[in-house]
Amino acid sequence: MSRKVYIARSPRIAARKLGEETLVMAAQGSTLFTLNPTATILWQAADGVTALDDIVERHICSEFEVEPEQAMRDAEALAQELAGHGILLISEQPIPAVKNSPVQEQYR
Amino acid sequence: MNLMQQVGERALQLGVPLNVHLDLTYRCNEQCVHCYLDHHDHGEMTTAEIKHLLKEMADAGVFILTLSGGEIFLRKDLFEILERARELTFCIRLKTNAVLIRQAQAARLRDLGVESVQVSIYSHRPEVHDAITKIPGSFRRSIDAIRLLKSHGVRVQIANVLMTENQDDYRGTHALAEELGAKFTLDPIVAPMMDGDRGVMDLNVSESALHDTFRDESLIEDVAEFCAPPRAADESLLDSLPCSAGHTSCYISPYGEFYPCVQFPLSCGNVRERSFIDIWRHSEQLREVRSIRLRDLSSCSQCAHGGSCTRCPGLAFLEGNMRGPSTQDCEKSFARTGIPSVNLLSKKQQKKDQASPPRLVQIQLVPAVTGRRLAEMGNAAAAMAS
Repeated sequence: MSRKVYIARSPRIAARKLGEETLVMAAQGSTLFTLNPTATILWQAADGVTALDDIVERHICSEFEVEPEQAMRDAEALAQELAGHGILLISEQPIPAVKNSPVQEQYR
Repeated sequence: MNLMQQVGERALQLGVPLNVHLDLTYRCNEQCVHCYLDHHDHGEMTTAEIKHLLKEMADAGVFILTLSGGEIFLRKDLFEILERARELTFCIRLKTNAVLIRQAQAARLRDLGVESVQVSIYSHRPEVHDAITKIPGSFRRSIDAIRLLKSHGVRVQIANVLMTENQDDYRGTHALAEELGAKFTLDPIVAPMMDGDRGVMDLNVSESALHDTFRDESLIEDVAEFCAPPRAADESLLDSLPCSAGHTSCYISPYGEFYPCVQFPLSCGNVRERSFIDIWRHSEQLREVRSIRLRDLSSCSQCAHGGSCTRCPGLAFLEGNMRGPSTQDCEKSFARTGIPSVNLLSKKQQKKDQASPPRLVQIQLVPAVTGRRLAEMGNAAAAMAS
């Protein structure tokens, strides 16, 4: 895959780790999501400046026994799904941090 | 079990305080007749103290943060606190009378991504609402603020408390909420004051009014289910927890006092003296609250309502015993089902006994009772007792 994809947590969410999972509440619609441990890894790494394939390589492939292509396909599908719910931003360019973004502090 | 309940179960297993209710002030610009608070400022936490507490709570895993009062908009630093809380990714719910919310405040709340704002509205009739808040014009200002919040896309919930002053108005208030696009909740009881004063409870509606309210189909989705005959507690329920207070939720006062719940004023420590997580994990009082199971409640575990009652341990505590019944909840159960609880039956019997006191026993003076004879009488009494 040649094009780069960047992902960032939406500034309009509430989030907290609960054990190995992550609770995410979208401000829009007040919908609650729970991210499983693998999705949590992706979520925590979604800093807007690390490309998705790098995240998969560094955090998914190194932790789980999974083929890189399969891991990338799964990660893209998950990112699209989370973006569809408005809790993740996806771009082909790095996503600059939003000023006063509420998601910067928690995963520092 | 819905997702929120599953999350609650997980938090319970992990010992995580998922929900915190933090009152930022007890000061208020209304003087509601039923309010349970002392509105004088006895030394509120400073901005820095609250920010420090927010960080401690985020680290402890608190997710849903309800900010309330008093009236929160009387704090000049409210938006500074909210900004910090959103930086820490709390899900924020506000409780306010909204009197001080204007265009700028509504827009800021939207921008900050506040999850919802609950506004107290006691009637759809301005004169009734204003008589309860004792502030002329408060109804109009609160309603204007709700419209503003809604126009900015902020989720609003109208909270109504049922009392003698407004008992005929809840349908109208419900209709007003629907017109405004707000959710509606009705609290059917007036709780005692936090200092234990039970005077405000005179404002509670009569048993028959409560009975009728619980059968109002405009309010209760499934009246048959809601008012179904009670269920006694089976073995598994006897080991269940009374409620989430102190288990996955807690309350902090403007002075830093840590309670299991806003309605359960058992002091477990003060966040000005100990860290939030230290109190949460090691408070003796919380340990005691957490040890209580339904089977430990002498009256409630035997009650026909044991399996379906909504007993509030805080109200029981305010009544004098956190392992005892909460009479207000017994009254609600009775209004729903028509079947009295063990506690209500016992109180009825006590009243009866007081109404017909035992016949006075004629006591005659016994002349010349000596010390020796008194000792003999004592021995005889002891022998009888054994």
